[in-house]
Amino acid sequence: MVLRWLPGKVADIRVETPTSRTIVFDVPDWAGHLAGQHIDVRLTAEDGYSVQRSYSLAAPADEDRIEILVQKVTDGEVSPFLVDDLLPDDVIELRGPIGGWFTWEPSLGKPVSLVAGGSGIVPLMAMIRARTQAGSDAGFKLLYSVRGPADEYYAEELGKHGIEVTTIYTRSESPSGRPPGRIRPEDLSVLWPADAGARTYVCGPTGFVEAAAQALVDQGHDPGTIRTERFGPSGG
Amino acid sequence: MSIVTRGFRGRRDSAPDLPPGQYLTRDFPVLSAGPTPRIKQDDWQFTITNEAGDKHTWTWRDLLALPSEQPTVDIHCVTKWSKLQTSWQGVSLDTFFEAVDTGADYAVVRSYGGYTTNLPVEDLVDGKAWLVYRYEGDDLHPEHGGPVRLLVPHLYFWKSAKWVKGLELSDDEQPGFWETLGYHNYGDPWREQRYSGD
Repeated sequence: MVLRWLPGKVADIRVETPTSRTIVFDVPDWAGHLAGQHIDVRLTAEDGYSVQRSYSLAAPADEDRIEILVQKVTDGEVSPFLVDDLLPDDVIELRGPIGGWFTWEPSLGKPVSLVAGGSGIVPLMAMIRARTQAGSDAGFKLLYSVRGPADEYYAEELGKHGIEVTTIYTRSESPSGRPPGRIRPEDLSVLWPADAGARTYVCGPTGFVEAAAQALVDQGHDPGTIRTERFGPSGG
Repeated sequence: MSIVTRGFRGRRDSAPDLPPGQYLTRDFPVLSAGPTPRIKQDDWQFTITNEAGDKHTWTWRDLLALPSEQPTVDIHCVTKWSKLQTSWQGVSLDTFFEAVDTGADYAVVRSYGGYTTNLPVEDLVDGKAWLVYRYEGDDLHPEHGGPVRLLVPHLYFWKSAKWVKGLELSDDEQPGFWETLGYHNYGDPWREQRYSGD
């Protein structure tokens, strides 16, 4: 199977936070994808200079319609263009779906723990939306760590999927009264315990994923049940 | 033929010697499919199994006793970052192959934690690959594959398996972890062989 570059026409742009946008594309003949997969995006200047980046798909495909969330990286080359300059009806090239490991399907038949750091919520949001779309009753528990309320993606929607959501803030007090700070081993107690037969997906910056995955292993989770995806700080 | 992106000029700070579609980073991003295995140096072993099933095993002490090299190489990740002039210390795979009787064409690399990747034996010999245990002068950190990882810098970096524990040599090609999940079987960054079919 060849992954061809396809024209993606911008159908909608939604403000998620001051520095991030959901971008919805219409992609003729999109072949479909699994929750958790990503696409490559290619931008090309008039003289042929081009750059590529990867973005997680944020939702199940709606026929030929797909969406990503782009967080602006201040010194980045691609994300500032996508957040600040892209307009509806623009056409950019993309290809996918890519990645067959960090994926969830309703047929998994196990409870699921989701652990998100910052924009690491995006592929996990795709799983949550896919669960709802499929009418699955799989037990989902989400632990979501962000800097503060202003940086929370999908804040309104997350409460509407009928799953357990715990949000913690690294730079201010959390809704539960938890003091500010990065993820700690005890934060993971809101997830499925090691003996629940759950699968755990962890996505976020490297330091976050390392800390969360190591704590889960220390708490007795079989490493084979933990799937990770890490965003480097230079995702630009 | 690419579609021109309206209004996009680009920053154009790419170094001239980057493979197509890559951008330069000065960080060292980490990509792994699961938790980082923590393997003590004294527990680490590396085994080459030839096509007849004969095994040669080296311990951490054996590894340190072998003549080491200090390659400085450019590395290219399929997720599009490239990092130039990275400095490593380790032992050439040629040194290990001297002890192995084989005419096999293919290798599967196995890691602690269950990861696998595949590549032709000819890409592992003649000074093209190392088992490295130091990075920029320090012990290789577990996040980056310590205590010992494979380094095959002329292929995309997923071929440079972290936490390496063995090679299985065979006359037949067996796709590894990412190679069965849609990524390219060979992975030459200069031909932009990212995904199956590229």
